[in-house]
Amino acid sequence: MNIQGKRNIWKDYQKEIATNRYFYVRSCVRQNFFPGSEKAFLRILKDELSRDVYENASHTTCSGIGYHSDIIPFETAMTMVARQFALMTESGYENFTTSCITSFGLYSEILETWHHFPEVEERIREHLLRATGRTFKKPANLSHASDVIFKFRKEIAEKAKHRLINRKTGNPLKVVEHIGCHYSKMFPSKGIGGAEYPYVLVGMIEEWGGEVIDYPERRHCCGFGFRQYLVKANRGYSLACSKKKFESMAPYKPDFILTNCPGCPMFLDRWQYALSEMEGITYGENGFGIPVLTYEELAGLVLGYDPWDLGLQVHQVTVDPLLDKLGVDYDPSAKFTGKNGIDLGKPEPPSFLKFYQNE
Amino acid sequence: MGRLFKKLTQDVRFIEGLKACLNCGTCTAICPAAEFYDYQPRKIVDILQTHDDDQIEALLKSETIWYCGECMSCVTRCPRGNAPGLLITALRSLSQEMGFFIESEKGRQQLAIKRTVGEWILNYGYCLYPSLIQPEMHPEQGPVWEWEHHNLSEIMDRLGANYQKTGPGILRKIPREDLDEIKRIFDETGATERFAKIEEFSKKKAHEMNMDFDESMDNEYFKHIYNKTEKDHIREK
Repeated sequence: MNIQGKRNIWKDYQKEIATNRYFYVRSCVRQNFFPGSEKAFLRILKDELSRDVYENASHTTCSGIGYHSDIIPFETAMTMVARQFALMTESGYENFTTSCITSFGLYSEILETWHHFPEVEERIREHLLRATGRTFKKPANLSHASDVIFKFRKEIAEKAKHRLINRKTGNPLKVVEHIGCHYSKMFPSKGIGGAEYPYVLVGMIEEWGGEVIDYPERRHCCGFGFRQYLVKANRGYSLACSKKKFESMAPYKPDFILTNCPGCPMFLDRWQYALSEMEGITYGENGFGIPVLTYEELAGLVLGYDPWDLGLQVHQVTVDPLLDKLGVDYDPSAKFTGKNGIDLGKPEPPSFLKFYQNE
Repeated sequence: MGRLFKKLTQDVRFIEGLKACLNCGTCTAICPAAEFYDYQPRKIVDILQTHDDDQIEALLKSETIWYCGECMSCVTRCPRGNAPGLLITALRSLSQEMGFFIESEKGRQQLAIKRTVGEWILNYGYCLYPSLIQPEMHPEQGPVWEWEHHNLSEIMDRLGANYQKTGPGILRKIPREDLDEIKRIFDETGATERFAKIEEFSKKKAHEMNMDFDESMDNEYFKHIYNKTEKDHIREK
C-alpha cells in the first residue's frame, strides 16, 4: 500500500476519544451473531486495561435498523436515542460508547441535527419527558467501540501473545480492512482518519504486526442496505455488493478480513457461503473462504484468548487455518461444545465451501 | 409550491439534504444501488428541484425511492454538500404518510419490515432476536446458524451471554417497564401511527390484489411481498 498520501489525510482527521469511564450500549446485530465479541470488549477493557465500563440493564436498541428501513420516524429514533442519553446521565457517566456502527452514525446524525436545529432538540426533550419522565445531558464524548480499541492498540500490543505474523513463513499477515459505511461516510470528522481512508482498523493492524491490503473496492458497502437484506426478495442487492468486494480483494490473497461494523462481518461471512452454494466459488486458500473477524475477536486473539471463548465457532467461514498461521494453541475437539464440554453435535458441511480441516 | 413539496420542506432531513444540486452525477457514480437496480439518485434530486407536485407524487408511488440502501456513500462525495440518501429517508416517510407506498412492489414490503423488526423492537427491545431469525426465512445464514439456532441457549451460555435472563448482558430479557417506555415513545412520536398506516393500507392493497391477509406472517400477502419479485428491477448491463 502506498502510504504517504494516506498519512497526510489521516493527520487531518484526528478525533478525541475518552480514556476511561465509558457508558456502553449493545448492538442488535452483534449480540445475535457475534456475542463473544461484546464479551471480549468488556473483558479487554476491564481485565486488561482496568477501565470503568458501565452497562445499564434498561438500555435498548436505538431503533437504527428500523429507522434506516424507514418504518421508524426520525422523531421516534431521536427520542429513543434521547432515552439512552438519559440512562447515561442517570448512571453518572458522560462518555458514550456504542457497539454498533448504525447506532454510532445515528447518534452522530442526531447530535448534528440538534446542533443545527436547537428547536428540534427542545421538542425531543419534551417528547422524552412526556413519554418517560426522563431528562438528559448530551454526551461529553461519543465513540464507537472500535475507537476505544484503537485508542489502546499500543497497550494491547505490549501484552500480545500473538503478532499478526505467519508463523510458518515469518511474513506479516495480509489483511483487508472493511469499515462500516455509517462510521464516517456521513460525517468524516467523526471517524479516525476520515471517510476515504479511515485509520481506525489500519492502526490496529499496523500496531499488531500485519500488513494492510489496498484494493479497488475497499470502500464499497458490504451490501446490508437495511431493507435490501431484511426482505428476502431484495437480498440479490446485498449479495451482489459483497461479491463485488470479494472479486476485487481475492487477487491480493488476503489472510483475513477485519471489520468494525456488526453487520459487515456477518454479510462478508455468510455471503461467501451463499456464493459457494450458488456458483461453486470460493475465495480463500485450498477451497476455504477468507476468514472474517471483528476487531474484538482480533484483539482477543492477539491477547491469547481461547478462540472458542471469542465465538469463532459461530462463523460460517472457518477460521481454523488462520489460527494455525497465527500459532494459536487451540483444541479442535472443543469447537462445537457447550459450557462444560457438553456435546452439541456439529454443523453440516457446506456443499463446496471447505469447512472442516481434515476432510 | 405544491402540497407535497411543502410537506417535504418541513422535514429537517430534506432541509439538510438538498442545498443546490448541479446534476453532476457523482452520487450515481458512487451509489451501490445504481450499480444493481435501474436507479439514479441524480434523477431523484433533479425531480425534487422542480418543486412539481405531480412529478413528486409519481416518485412517491414509484419503485425508485425504495432501491436505495441508505449506505450514505453519496453524502461523502457530493461536491455541493447535498445528501441524496437523506432525501430518500424524507421521501419514504412521506410515501408512507400518504399511503402511496402500496402502489409499488418494493414499497409494499414495508409491511414485512414492520411485522418483523418493528414488532421485535416493541416485544424484545432490540431490532433482531435470535430465536426469530428462522433458518427457513434465512437460507443464506447457512448450516452454522442452523446448528446455532437449534442449540441457542447452550451456545449463548457458552459465549457468556445473559440470554433471556434478567440484569445486564448480551440478549438479556428487557424489563416490562422499559418495553412500556418504548411503547409510550412510539405513541408520542409517531411510530405507532406509522405502524397503523402500514397495516391499514396493506390490508386494503391485499384486498385489491385478491390475496389472503391476517395478522400473522403466514398469510398469502405477507409471503408474497417477502419472497416474490413481480418484475425486473435490475439495471441493464
